[in-house]
Amino acid sequence: MNWESWSEFFSMGGYGVYVWGSYCVTIICIVGEIILISKRRRTLQKHLGLIHESTAKEIKNETTS
Amino acid sequence: MAINWFKYSSPASFYSLAGKMVPIFFIAAVLLLVAGLYIGFFVAPTDFQQGEAYRIIFIHVPAAWMSMFLYLIMAFWAGIGLAFNTRLSSMVATAIAPTGALFTFLALWTGSLWGKPMWGTWWVWDARLTSELILFFLYIGFMSLQAAIDDPRRADKAGAILALVGVINIPIIYFSVQWWNTLHQGASVSLTQSPTMASTMLMGMLIMALASWMYSIAMTLMRTRVIILERESHTAWVSELHQKEATR
Amino acid sequence: MFWWIIQRDLLLAMRRRSDVLTTLFFFVIVVSLFPLSVGPEMNMLRTMAPGVVWVAALLASMLSLERMFSSDYQDGTLEQMLISPHSLSILVLGKAIAHWLVSGVPLVLMAPVLGIQYDLSVDALLVLTASLLLGTPVLSLIGAIGAALTLGLRGGGVLVSLLVLPLYIPVLIFGSGAVEASAAGLGYEAHFSLLGAFFLVSLVLAPWAIASSLRISME
Repeated sequence: MNWESWSEFFSMGGYGVYVWGSYCVTIICIVGEIILISKRRRTLQKHLGLIHESTAKEIKNETTS
Repeated sequence: MAINWFKYSSPASFYSLAGKMVPIFFIAAVLLLVAGLYIGFFVAPTDFQQGEAYRIIFIHVPAAWMSMFLYLIMAFWAGIGLAFNTRLSSMVATAIAPTGALFTFLALWTGSLWGKPMWGTWWVWDARLTSELILFFLYIGFMSLQAAIDDPRRADKAGAILALVGVINIPIIYFSVQWWNTLHQGASVSLTQSPTMASTMLMGMLIMALASWMYSIAMTLMRTRVIILERESHTAWVSELHQKEATR
Repeated sequence: MFWWIIQRDLLLAMRRRSDVLTTLFFFVIVVSLFPLSVGPEMNMLRTMAPGVVWVAALLASMLSLERMFSSDYQDGTLEQMLISPHSLSILVLGKAIAHWLVSGVPLVLMAPVLGIQYDLSVDALLVLTASLLLGTPVLSLIGAIGAALTLGLRGGGVLVSLLVLPLYIPVLIFGSGAVEASAAGLGYEAHFSLLGAFFLVSLVLAPWAIASSLRISME
């Protein structure tokens, strides 16, 4: 084990800023990408929902009229 | 029993197959990530020359590899889509681009963050960093071209031509930047061939590379599924699929 | 047929003489902006001259890229070209060479004059002009691919530069590098051979790429 204490782990031999700077940005990008895709998927579901309802309504009107 | 592979080339069946594969790749990515980070931070010794800063290598090198690798795969699928007119392969190419651009950005970010303690400046015109920057412009060009064209078929084909032209240029750009850089300043410390790669460092880096590989597959499949839904929203199978999901 | 396309385009360009001159004046203005910004100190300018002239040439040739196909696209001659019996690659090659003649050659002729503005030595001027002569056709050929891809798109002008600039970088590196190498006594042969290689490769591959992207854009 290289690290005696957590504080030493975070200081990373004085280079903590650079190491954790790059790791945090990586995590932010990855999580961001996942969120973006799922958001894009959710708006799509809503959009599909609208299409679906409008077509369902049309079918109902035709059958009733 | 000959597996009929072509069954999966139709978006509908590919959609369900990709749906099953995404979680598998995602879990594999997370497991490999944890293993890689553990080795990287807790097993690998401190580097005698660079101290602790070298630990950035565990994301910088995989990101750089992935950025170039994903561009080649994107160009491959774009070429297939152009040649055989298969919509699905062009969709996969379009799905790869954002992840590739993300990895290029990460490679640049971690590269400059690593350069600061080692070379004292945020940005050094090192041949690798520069060709990585140009690769980033190629990705941005590909994505903005596809975004500017409304008709998806034309967007796919135009993007394919750009990707293929780009692929021919990648080696040219790399060597011309290499040549240009050595003329100006001596070949600076190369990021990847650090003198003696302790086995644990190498192991950590390879595992992280595998993790990033799994991650990009999972991301690409997820995005391809969304693109399939977007482009096939008018078809019957999507609305029926939607009904099933709406009722669940 | 090939020569006919070039003559036709040159004729069109001569009729709209302003296009030719705008590219040229853009080049001159951009090049003379730098001393104003960087300061008149001579040896600084001398080292910067090749880079500045080359970047200005790059931007100037890119300026007129969009007009290469758009006028034919609007009045329908592009469709005629697509369905004409002659191979599209030859026609497109003719158009690219016409574009080079209109936007590349004036720059090459103007470069020595601007070189003097930067107090370049005589042989550096010669090397600069020769490198421009060898490099600008590559710019037109690769630029034509970008122009064909973004035909008829909104915001096409900016998009062309975004697509094409990364592909121009090797030409820029070896173009301006040739002048620096010859000034530093290293000799420019290596750079010129590479520029020549780029020229030949793009001469062979670009027409096919331009033709297929035109077919895609015109679908």
